Amino acid sequence: MSDAATSVPSAGGNLTRKQAALGLVCFSVLLTALQYAGLLPAWLHRLPETAVPNFALWLDAIFNFVKDDMGLLTLTRFLTGGLEWLLDASGNIFFGKRRWPNVGPIPWTALAAVAAVIGYYLGGWRLALLGGGTLVWTALIGQWEIAMQTMSVLAIAAPLAFVIGLSLGIAAWKYAWVDFVIKPVLSVLQTLPFFTYLLPAVIFFKVGPTAGAVATTIYAIPPMILMTTLGLQKVSPEVVEAGKMSGCSKFQMLRHVYLPSARTEILVGVNQVIMLCLAMVVLTAFIGMPGLGAKLLAMMGSFKLGRSFEIGVTIVLLAVMLDRMSKAWVVKQPEHFERGTPWWKRHQMLLLGAGLFVGFTLLSLVLPIAAEIGRKQDFSQGRELDAMIKGFLAIESVQAVTGFLRAFLNVKVLIPFRDFMLSLPTPAMIALVVAFAMALAGRKQALYALIFFSLVALSGWWDRAIITLYSVVSAVTLAALIGLPIAIVAARSQKWSVRVLLICDTAQTFPSFVYLIPAIMLFGITDIAVIFSILIFAMVPLMRYTIEGLRTVPPEMTEAADMSGATRMQKLWNVQLPLALPTMAIGFNQAIMFAFFMVIIAAFIGTQDLGQELQRTLAGTDLGKNFVLGICVSLMALTFDLTIMKWAADKKRALGLP
Amino acid sequence: MKKMTTALTAGALAFMPLAAFAEDSTDPIVIPIHNWSSQIVMSNVVGQILESRGNNVEFVTTDSQAVYESVRLGDVTLEMEVWEGAFGASFRAAMEKGGIVDVGDHDAVTREDWWYPMWTKEACPGLPAWEALNACAAIFATAETGDKGRYLDGPVDWLKHGQERVAALGMDFVVVNAGSAAALWAEIGAAEAEKKPIVVFNWTPNFAEAVWPGEFVEFPEWVDGCDKDPAVGPNPDALYDCGNPATGYMKKAAWEGMEAKWPGAYAVLEKISFTNPQIAQMAKLVDIDEMEPNEAAEEWLANNKEIWEPWVK
Repeated sequence: MSDAATSVPSAGGNLTRKQAALGLVCFSVLLTALQYAGLLPAWLHRLPETAVPNFALWLDAIFNFVKDDMGLLTLTRFLTGGLEWLLDASGNIFFGKRRWPNVGPIPWTALAAVAAVIGYYLGGWRLALLGGGTLVWTALIGQWEIAMQTMSVLAIAAPLAFVIGLSLGIAAWKYAWVDFVIKPVLSVLQTLPFFTYLLPAVIFFKVGPTAGAVATTIYAIPPMILMTTLGLQKVSPEVVEAGKMSGCSKFQMLRHVYLPSARTEILVGVNQVIMLCLAMVVLTAFIGMPGLGAKLLAMMGSFKLGRSFEIGVTIVLLAVMLDRMSKAWVVKQPEHFERGTPWWKRHQMLLLGAGLFVGFTLLSLVLPIAAEIGRKQDFSQGRELDAMIKGFLAIESVQAVTGFLRAFLNVKVLIPFRDFMLSLPTPAMIALVVAFAMALAGRKQALYALIFFSLVALSGWWDRAIITLYSVVSAVTLAALIGLPIAIVAARSQKWSVRVLLICDTAQTFPSFVYLIPAIMLFGITDIAVIFSILIFAMVPLMRYTIEGLRTVPPEMTEAADMSGATRMQKLWNVQLPLALPTMAIGFNQAIMFAFFMVIIAAFIGTQDLGQELQRTLAGTDLGKNFVLGICVSLMALTFDLTIMKWAADKKRALGLP
Repeated sequence: MKKMTTALTAGALAFMPLAAFAEDSTDPIVIPIHNWSSQIVMSNVVGQILESRGNNVEFVTTDSQAVYESVRLGDVTLEMEVWEGAFGASFRAAMEKGGIVDVGDHDAVTREDWWYPMWTKEACPGLPAWEALNACAAIFATAETGDKGRYLDGPVDWLKHGQERVAALGMDFVVVNAGSAAALWAEIGAAEAEKKPIVVFNWTPNFAEAVWPGEFVEFPEWVDGCDKDPAVGPNPDALYDCGNPATGYMKKAAWEGMEAKWPGAYAVLEKISFTNPQIAQMAKLVDIDEMEPNEAAEEWLANNKEIWEPWVK
């Protein structure tokens, strides 16, 4: 019903919405003025301690009941057994863990050759070079074993996420009630801070690769579900008719009609699964994921910047390789051969790969260096990189800039802004957020905003929640100020768009932990360092969607502008930006979601927000509190998500864009 | 919870034939690894000692706070470094819930307190006395702290009470909490470039001693009850008006079922005890000589047979 009201925005309806928003803003200004004048009673400024219900305690009780009395722990521990068996087997194959089937590890040369052949099959020489080159780099830099430890877990987690995601996606497409249940769960899952998954994963699935695999899988499932449902919904009725006419059974319809038709979307889902799995490599090291992430944490713990940087490069290369290969797979259509083509010709790539694999495996038996490169034979440049990073920081102009930023941005802008946000009375702040939702989206979203932020206030963590919000708002604002102009300029030419997007890809997959340290070295343990590290992450979607939005503006529109003699600036401001705005808003929304994700990680720099408290709960005694804090972050993020997405959808419809 | 661990132990016992009671189970002993070098090497050393007597050993990387829950559940078998200061609280909380046992102390003592790298002394020659530190508070000032000095404390969850001490002793310092050990190193590393005076939270034994020579600030000596009784210490009205104890414990901890399941390995674990210089040596092999932890452990074991062989007999 609300949909109908907003899709055809009558002048009157729109006005009252704006009036309501304005009224709410006035209300909060009034409250704040009273507060500053010292007239506001204390219970209106902050919820009194006594009124805060003890959610943490209740959650603990529920959790213990489900875990012990309902036997959930027994069930998950049973599942852990099976998962562990799988992980042990892949561990043996990839890095020679002493378990069944006792055949591994595969020599690095053999794997690199196979990666090159797969690359060639999917995308020619360039991908062959990328595939083979990445693995050769990994071996030469001395990270082969840890990289394979990581891959051994991902090789189980990614297919698991694929299978579960595909099944749930099919179920959600088939049965409306599944869709109805899954949607909100997915939204919460996507906004829940990572530290909240950590403890349950450890308790239910045993610290180690098992917990790491489970946390990775859960994190990677949502896009798979969404893409599957999307793909199946788009299957054209003609194809379905054809299937029905040839008398397909229900299962045959799914297997031979629906799934092949939705191939593209499903493969995009696979690509997303792979990328999200790689994004978790470092974070899951906290709960026992072996390999690159664990090594990275150890390197950072002993201040070895150079070597942690190299590990970061390896993770990026692996991500780029898998990303490009899976994307090439999306584009590549199934091959069809003429009748009578000999078997070897139809499978020549398979044969080539198998041949090289066997060849290099045999070679490694006589030539040990083809099997494994030891620590002393590698080409790591850790120390040199350390010296370079320190040298850069010691340059006087760099120090002058950071000194200025600290004295100006931090002392004059950020800290006063934070203090101001903290000084707002709780109801005033809630009213502001509700007004924002009301003005942008509508009554329904405003109601959600009211409920969600009131819950945050009830949780008793209001001040910390506000500091979290302050970091997010400041970082996203700065990211927009820096990222949007770059994106607008880059969008003018195809060449620069591609370059900037490549940088975005790299920044996104580069483990965020690695830039925490340089951020601290540049800015000290201050709000700037926190915001700087969030900013890098938040800028990526902003730039990506802006470029995408500007470049997909229909050419008729820009031609029309050219013909009516618009200058470049006029064209940009009056035609391109307004049309790109809905897409840009999606980027903006993503930036906010990323910022909420990263602000929690920034607790490692030193913050006073929800992330710091979450980090404190890691000792494992406060599961209830851990959950309350996580939900607080999730509720704030969801408020923005619902509001901005609704606005973007409305705007798109109004502009008649697809 | 208690019931479940007992059940687990009982289950573990039931699986073993009675005759094998004196022998260790062939299941792997799971040793946790955290993100600082001495602990990683020490765990590898202990792992290799246990392997040398026929045990099956596996390593798992975990968070150093979350590990206590895993030890309690028996997912992780033992923990080699329980620091009084940093992990005492988590350890005690886990002890209260049950499932974890204290397997005795190392000879090594730990100290955690305000610390400065040597170059700071040039700017503030009266160090290491805390009064002298307070007198030169201004040289530790940053853009955010105005004319007060900045003291960089450890992460809040380490519960170091820097704030309380500054108040109790009336010091001109602002306390800022770093979020992680890595953040502390980054600050010291950044200060090193221009030899800027800096005072931070630090501890020993630690790799940092080898990279940045430095000293602890001497506060009024720790007296028992300084954290509970305001009358103790120089300020009669405040808690935490003393330095931290200069000799904190470093314990070994184990899952409560370990003794029954791997009696031999448990007996070895009880005997194992490292000293401060030995721990520093292990850390050096990785941090300065850039060895991989397992190679460092091999090297250490080869050079120190006289120390560890008696533990195995």
